Amino acid sequence: MKSAEQISRDVQSGDSTAAAEVDRSLARIRERNSELNVFLYVDEEGARAAAALVDERVQRGEVIGPLAGVPIAIKDNMCQTGIPTTCSSKILEGWRPPYNATVIDRLVSAGAIPVGKTNLDEFAMGSSTENSAFGPTRNPLNLSRVPGGSSGGSAAAVAADMTPLAIGSDTGGSIRQPAALCGIIGMKPSYGLVSRYGLIAFASSLDQIGPFAKSVMDAALLLEAIAGYDCMDSTSLPEPAPSLVAHVNDGVAGKRIGVVRELIEGADDDVVVSVRRAIDVLVEAGATVVEMSIPELRLGLSAYYLIAPAEASSNLARFDGVRYGNRVDGEDVTAMMEATRTAGFGAEVKRRIMLGTYALSAGYYDAYYGQALKVRTQMIDAFRRAYVNADYLIGATTPSVAFEFGEKTANPMAMYLSDVFTIPTNLAGEAAVSVPFGTGEADLPIGVQLLGPGRSEAGLFAAARVLEMANGGA
Amino acid sequence: MDSPLRREDVAHVAKLARLTLSDAELDMFTEQLSQVLAHANDMNALNLDDVVPTAHPFGLINVVRDDVIRPSLDRGLILEMAPDAQDGRFAVPRILGEVP
Repeated sequence: MKSAEQISRDVQSGDSTAAAEVDRSLARIRERNSELNVFLYVDEEGARAAAALVDERVQRGEVIGPLAGVPIAIKDNMCQTGIPTTCSSKILEGWRPPYNATVIDRLVSAGAIPVGKTNLDEFAMGSSTENSAFGPTRNPLNLSRVPGGSSGGSAAAVAADMTPLAIGSDTGGSIRQPAALCGIIGMKPSYGLVSRYGLIAFASSLDQIGPFAKSVMDAALLLEAIAGYDCMDSTSLPEPAPSLVAHVNDGVAGKRIGVVRELIEGADDDVVVSVRRAIDVLVEAGATVVEMSIPELRLGLSAYYLIAPAEASSNLARFDGVRYGNRVDGEDVTAMMEATRTAGFGAEVKRRIMLGTYALSAGYYDAYYGQALKVRTQMIDAFRRAYVNADYLIGATTPSVAFEFGEKTANPMAMYLSDVFTIPTNLAGEAAVSVPFGTGEADLPIGVQLLGPGRSEAGLFAAARVLEMANGGA
Repeated sequence: MDSPLRREDVAHVAKLARLTLSDAELDMFTEQLSQVLAHANDMNALNLDDVVPTAHPFGLINVVRDDVIRPSLDRGLILEMAPDAQDGRFAVPRILGEVP
């Protein structure tokens, strides 16, 4: 499939049209969606109309933008005016948002064409898309394996060549983990870099929107188009989008890479081998390596599984059958709310709401939620110390390659452990990217994770590009 | 403690969160939530008395915008998507104990 960069160039120059690019994407979706269950909704009509508009503007000689005519898939927890937005939950089935998320507006003004909404774990809670109320998404590389989650649909859309780009959200690894399992690039940007306005909140202090792509260049192109201050998100970084595309080929010469024991230990052998090979490649490209240990990272999982559910229990209180979505009748308002929530939420969402409610309840607040917030401080301090001696850190994205359906559904703790390497970045509000590098068990892709301090996206993409070239990327 | 969570704790939390659980669900959630809390106990062994808690990566305080009136979302559009509406408002089942 053509890269986003190529499509945009072709559409702008007249060598192709947005209509043709969208048709190709829609045809591919039609061909594979029933098997993979990637898209919950395909907006053929809207996509064709948007493409026609781009083509008209090209005809008039206008400069469109960096994503001219590029089809893009949107995770179904982001609002798009008039387009069903479900969060893969029965509680929002049939709801059509009356406004666009800021990312949608930015994508459209960059010339991109949203073609549809992709499957996810309900309310982005999960690591396999098995928690979707509308059935799991299959990994395009091996149909008996999960695509990862929670942004499994968006990762699969790109891996299956349905769209060259997709948007996801990452609260504890929900972009990087599925990117690793589907063999593509996925980045979790620094907290605040991309506006969260119109992203349906899971854990507000951790959620961040980011890109999926098949190449580092395309991921940089996409992130640059959606990043930058937005007055509609009070946690948005008050600065313009960083320059990313211009730095993709900067390399890693002279950079210090910290090899973090806690981000490698516990991973399967095939994963460890890939990480070690990636380190060799970076060294060959002129980086120096510092082996280090950051013991605080071991507490990340525990802190995350109190902080994220605590925030979720508060955020999801708004789904009560009053203002949007489904309602199940009850004899009074309390009975109605209880019946609505009981019927509307799936098991994992209930689990996290209850866990969060418990962690915040009288008598347990200090012991659980309060303690987790202090661990979060320790983690931030530990990263800060690590970045005195290193520019970037390296480790695995996930402990294993894509796992089988049903392998971890009976044991929530086993599922949670698949995010053990990605969670610390969210707690610290920093940036990290997963790059496909090598293959492991069953010939499935392995993701190597590069981490950096806040606002280090340009450098992370440059390092990722070095690995991409060594992995056979163009 | 072996299990930090009892069945009645889960029942209480479910009530607070406005969720109804069957007996089988109560058993399942008690076991599963206990496992997660047991995992969290490795944090409770730490002495963090002197550590300042972090609730947000930036520690933002009072982000305000200029006090300028801007158009907001159309009321009709919002109510169209509500489960029930009446006279330009969201409608809900009765809240007080007597029929109005």
